[in-house]
Amino acid sequence: MSAITKGDRSGSGSGREPLPGRPPGALGSGTGAGTGPWWRRGGRPAAPRRTLRWRARLRRDKALLLMTLPAVALLAVFGYAPMLGLVMAFQSYDLYEGFFHSPWVGLANFQQLFSDPGFWHAFTNTLVLFSVQLALFFPVPIALAILLDSLLSRRLRSFVQSVVTLPHFFSMVMVVTIFNEMLGGSGLLDTFLRSHGVRNPPSIMTDPATFKFLISGQLIWKEAGWSMIVFLAALAAISPSLYEAAAVDGAGWWSRLWHITLPGLKPITILLLILQLGYALTFGFEQMLIQLPAVGPGAGQVLTTFSYENGIVNGDFSYGAAAGLFLGVTSVILILAANKVAHLFGEAGLYRK
Amino acid sequence: MHPNMATTTQTIPGGQAAQTARARRRNPKRPIWQEQPSPAGQGAKSGAIVVMLLLIAFPLYSVALTSFSTQASINIAGGLVVWPHGLTLNAYRLIISGGVVGRALMISLAITAVGTAISMVVTILAAYGLSRQDSFGHRTILWIMMITMFFNGGIIPLFLVVSALGGYDQYWALILPSAVSVFNIIVMRAFFASTAAEVIESARVDGAGDWAILRRIVLPMSKPVIAVIALFYAVGYWNSWFNILLFMPSDSVRWPLQMVMYNYVTEGMAMPGSGTSGVGQYLGNQQIAPLSLQMAVVALTVLPVLIVYPFVQKHFTKGVLLGAIKG
Repeated sequence: MSAITKGDRSGSGSGREPLPGRPPGALGSGTGAGTGPWWRRGGRPAAPRRTLRWRARLRRDKALLLMTLPAVALLAVFGYAPMLGLVMAFQSYDLYEGFFHSPWVGLANFQQLFSDPGFWHAFTNTLVLFSVQLALFFPVPIALAILLDSLLSRRLRSFVQSVVTLPHFFSMVMVVTIFNEMLGGSGLLDTFLRSHGVRNPPSIMTDPATFKFLISGQLIWKEAGWSMIVFLAALAAISPSLYEAAAVDGAGWWSRLWHITLPGLKPITILLLILQLGYALTFGFEQMLIQLPAVGPGAGQVLTTFSYENGIVNGDFSYGAAAGLFLGVTSVILILAANKVAHLFGEAGLYRK
Repeated sequence: MHPNMATTTQTIPGGQAAQTARARRRNPKRPIWQEQPSPAGQGAKSGAIVVMLLLIAFPLYSVALTSFSTQASINIAGGLVVWPHGLTLNAYRLIISGGVVGRALMISLAITAVGTAISMVVTILAAYGLSRQDSFGHRTILWIMMITMFFNGGIIPLFLVVSALGGYDQYWALILPSAVSVFNIIVMRAFFASTAAEVIESARVDGAGDWAILRRIVLPMSKPVIAVIALFYAVGYWNSWFNILLFMPSDSVRWPLQMVMYNYVTEGMAMPGSGTSGVGQYLGNQQIAPLSLQMAVVALTVLPVLIVYPFVQKHFTKGVLLGAIKG
């Protein structure tokens, strides 16, 4: 082991084994007397050498390619095959005819989709739920991180951090169940209010009008602590000398927060906000699906549940797949647009320019 | 980068001497330049933290307590129990003796164990296979994988593909479609390509084969990232609910725990064997309080997370950061 790890790398340039067929100095950073790249030097034609290089690399990396095979195979079957299956959005899919023999209907499913008031309701509802949720949720992890960062005791801080991070690892079914037991029809709050003379306690879990606040509350309970970790790390990266200099200059707590802390958090905030926007149309599928029976489709129907209900529950596969395809394509556009905006802000985004 | 090394623990050596008189009353960890917070601010801060901890801990406490409570004490409380009156282990004894919940618990444990093992093997292999900067085709393969992160066929084609492969009502349908997380591959690959890169390269120069490098060098070096990713996968399998609804909606005898919780607790359906009136189940001739049994189900869905959590928690920051910033 130690013999291997202490191997001498000094002679091998970038550390990779020399390839057969590659002239010496091929990897050198242009030190070869300025005669151009190696494949242009010498008299032999380039093509056979490049083929050899290609084959040699393939032979050398056989094991590595073999290792990626299981993942690629699983993604082919459960990722790419369903993508190809989306052709059914242009068919009138029949369970017995399959993808290959179902009749083609062109854009009929999409025409039906775009003239379906249920679809447009789900569309606007998705946007409303997403906006309310984003506005209520997003500041919480930042505030939490600032609060936790101000704790002087390391042990208290890591204790609080582990407690608030914990609900991230609970299932959505469990979170809804906990909310139901606490705030629901025969839950703790309800029982308490009734025993203290309140005749009609609010029906928090089933009121369509307040559903957007309910799901925001659930998300905050479940995910705020987890989202906080990234902000905590960003806070730790702010140089303490900035705070010190500001304090020496007489800046109080609030002005240090406003002029140092928040600007320090700006890049990561913009990045996360933009990433969130990219998933605006697909968020909260399980959360809505679990609570649809309780609040009804008026408040709880989103695009993902609309696609599921039409496609699987009602068995209108092609119609559901058309809604799914619309969702997938608009989501990709949103993600690309969000990255564009990230680049405009000078952030890296999901990928670099 | 580590949040535990936060700004506030820094001290400024120069200012120390001048401040000795006041230092006695100050918290020594407080930076010299930072003013002592006002009592009101201190109070608000403590209050916020206590409220935060209670919001998370109290529901869990009440659920756990109710699962240990007798019907009599549930009747006194009029629902969920906050003060312990009569305690009993009957709900858990019933679950251990078999029946719907006990079986669901075993099924969930098995799916989580098998699924996590499969996912880890596939993920580690793929992450290592793609970690070498100049290897043949790694960029193309990475792109092929990453496309599935941003676009997928959606629920309905997936359902039809899995059904066509005979996966309807089969346990593998709960494992294989979600066995690979490209995100986890990328996180692990980033680790292999950065932290472990130098050691890997020098081993290669010495002529070690890739399988040997992976087994003898990379795996022992990568315990933290492996622990975190394994936890992510395990929690994913343990908590997954929708794929049960999709692929195994009606076969209640073979439901995993989350589906049992959804139907018999969240939706409040009567558990099989409890009679049409929903009076509850019997252990011998003792009646089990239905609410106590329901809360035991909720507690059991959380218990494995609580057991594993402390061991992996210290690695999160690294895992989350790698994912959030480099991913």
